[in-house]
Amino acid sequence: MAEAQEPDGKPVGPHLNRRERLYRWFDVRIGVGSLMHEALDEPIPGGARWAYVFGSVLLFLFISQTITGVFLSLYYAPTADHAHTTVAYIVKEVTGGSFLRSLHAYGSSAVVIVMLLHLTQTFLYGAYKGRREVLWISGCALFGLMLAMAFTGYLLPWDQKAYFATTVGTNMASEVPLIGSTLKRMMRGGNEMGTLTLSRFFVGHVFLLPGAILGLIAAHVFLFRKAGAAGPPSEHPINPRLPTERFYPRQVVMDTVVALLMICVLGLLAHFSPTELGPKANPADTQYVPRPEWFYLPVFQWLKYFKGSLSIVGIVVIPTLTAILIVALPFFDRRLERRPWRRPFAVGIYLAIMATLMVFGWLSRHEDRLDPAIAKQVAKQDEETKQFMREPFEPEAAANSLSAPAVVVLDPLAAAGKKIFDGESCDACHGENGVGTSAGPKLSGATAKKSPEELAKLLRHPTAKMLEGEMKPVDVPEGDLKALVAYIKSLK
Amino acid sequence: MNEAGDAPTISREEDSVSRRSFLGVLLGFGAVVVGAALSVPLLRFALHPLLTKTTEIGWSDIGKIEEFASLTGPLKKLITVDQRDGWRKIVSEKAIYVLPIKDGVVRVLSPICPHLGCSIPWIEAKQQFVCPCHTAIFTLDGTRVSGPAPRSMDDLESKVDNGMLKVRYQYFRQLIPTKEVLA
Repeated sequence: MAEAQEPDGKPVGPHLNRRERLYRWFDVRIGVGSLMHEALDEPIPGGARWAYVFGSVLLFLFISQTITGVFLSLYYAPTADHAHTTVAYIVKEVTGGSFLRSLHAYGSSAVVIVMLLHLTQTFLYGAYKGRREVLWISGCALFGLMLAMAFTGYLLPWDQKAYFATTVGTNMASEVPLIGSTLKRMMRGGNEMGTLTLSRFFVGHVFLLPGAILGLIAAHVFLFRKAGAAGPPSEHPINPRLPTERFYPRQVVMDTVVALLMICVLGLLAHFSPTELGPKANPADTQYVPRPEWFYLPVFQWLKYFKGSLSIVGIVVIPTLTAILIVALPFFDRRLERRPWRRPFAVGIYLAIMATLMVFGWLSRHEDRLDPAIAKQVAKQDEETKQFMREPFEPEAAANSLSAPAVVVLDPLAAAGKKIFDGESCDACHGENGVGTSAGPKLSGATAKKSPEELAKLLRHPTAKMLEGEMKPVDVPEGDLKALVAYIKSLK
Repeated sequence: MNEAGDAPTISREEDSVSRRSFLGVLLGFGAVVVGAALSVPLLRFALHPLLTKTTEIGWSDIGKIEEFASLTGPLKKLITVDQRDGWRKIVSEKAIYVLPIKDGVVRVLSPICPHLGCSIPWIEAKQQFVCPCHTAIFTLDGTRVSGPAPRSMDDLESKVDNGMLKVRYQYFRQLIPTKEVLA
């Protein structure tokens, strides 16, 4: 608005200034006022706190991941023969491509970290208590879906790391009783990893999972508003007693500050330590030591302890029981006591699980360092990745691209024929290498399958139909005609 | 925010309202600034094909310049053209004519007839370029003599780099009297 405003922006008497009139105009039509009220005036028992920022930060990160993801897909092609080239193109050629990809990759780690913090805060504050079971379960579902996002996204660059980590990841599915091998084949789109696996992971990563996550976020926020903010641990979970403060402004400011800090950290990381891309996946490589993303390392380490027939316990039974324990927590833990020091058992179990995960994660790295063979191979893989990053971008030869020398090398007679083909301007109508144009039919395919004698005859004495199409009888010495026929035959 | 002294009592409600709207402006301003800063790399990323050439045809080698020192007539050569199409390259083979060097200038002609795009052969016996399609005729240096062609044969951009004769292969619009590059 270019118009001058009232000095202090407040209405004087019954008259409204322009800004307020504009606000009224919109409010009457789309209900800005009630929308803002709904969004910003949520009461928080006990007032705003830094501990409550994680949910908003997660929402912010999800939006950031969506935006960077949509932009990355501008240049990405989800097929086994193009995926790696297109990601290399993004990283090495496209302006800001490496930065955006790194922002997206680090963003996925940030989502996992903030999700764990959000979970930890909710758990320690006992904020799942007091008729918040459905809210808690929707959060658990979101947690699972986000991990699935990380898993599916990891394959998309189709480099060595992506390929082999996902091979292991999908192999684990086959441990599931009864439906295991079907499940694995469904994830892979076949028995082996291939272009269908990539399609499936891509569709999951950009359509199905984000769609489900979006719906669940809406449900999660709605359920949160329905139950009301839980407030500090001393607060009663059902009938809050503490004086309340509205969500806006202090909590909004805190949420925004942390979200900004987050984007600054991600931006600095992406700028100064961009995510690397390794060499293209080579399924024939038998030496490659696959390692998952850092947040899957504890599970990876965990599985080492369950060999042979026991692996079903490690891969299926214990993780399923743990998941059930976590999801069903508000049903087990029905007391209304929220203060963590009054819930030593629950808090103890939670901390034990977290500590175990950290120890396993650390052990995984530690064992890799201790084993000289693995340490050497991992170092070699790192060096290969660094080497690939140093090389300039190599565009992929298009399918219709011709490597002319191939024809020449294959058959000297055909090569001589090609010279006559070009010299007689056959290419004027039949196109480069006989691919055909609007003026003349293609010579590869059916024509090339005719016998040499028949071809020679047609070249000397074109049929009436050919003459009508302005084909001229070929007037060259017999030897040259032989070469020309050999060349046409070579077009396949 | 209020002129001091004029308002004897400021209720907490009023104070918090003006504080809220001030913070609102601050947050809105901050969001716009940060949003604008973040959209810069996104825009540059999306506009990459507009800011850099992603579908360019580069220079192709024809041969060592010495090869062409003693030409007496146009020499047909096949060149390999690498055409970039984003992350793909299309490799194709094209024919060009190298003309005899005259006053130290090397000229390279496109063999494509400016009439309807047929490839024009050099007819040694007639010492002329004669288009096989509609018999447009051109002299040794590609100048139009007769026939339906609207202009002379098209020169291709060429250069000598480290003793290597190079050409930038291009297509030109047909049926018009002036040479115009097809994008």
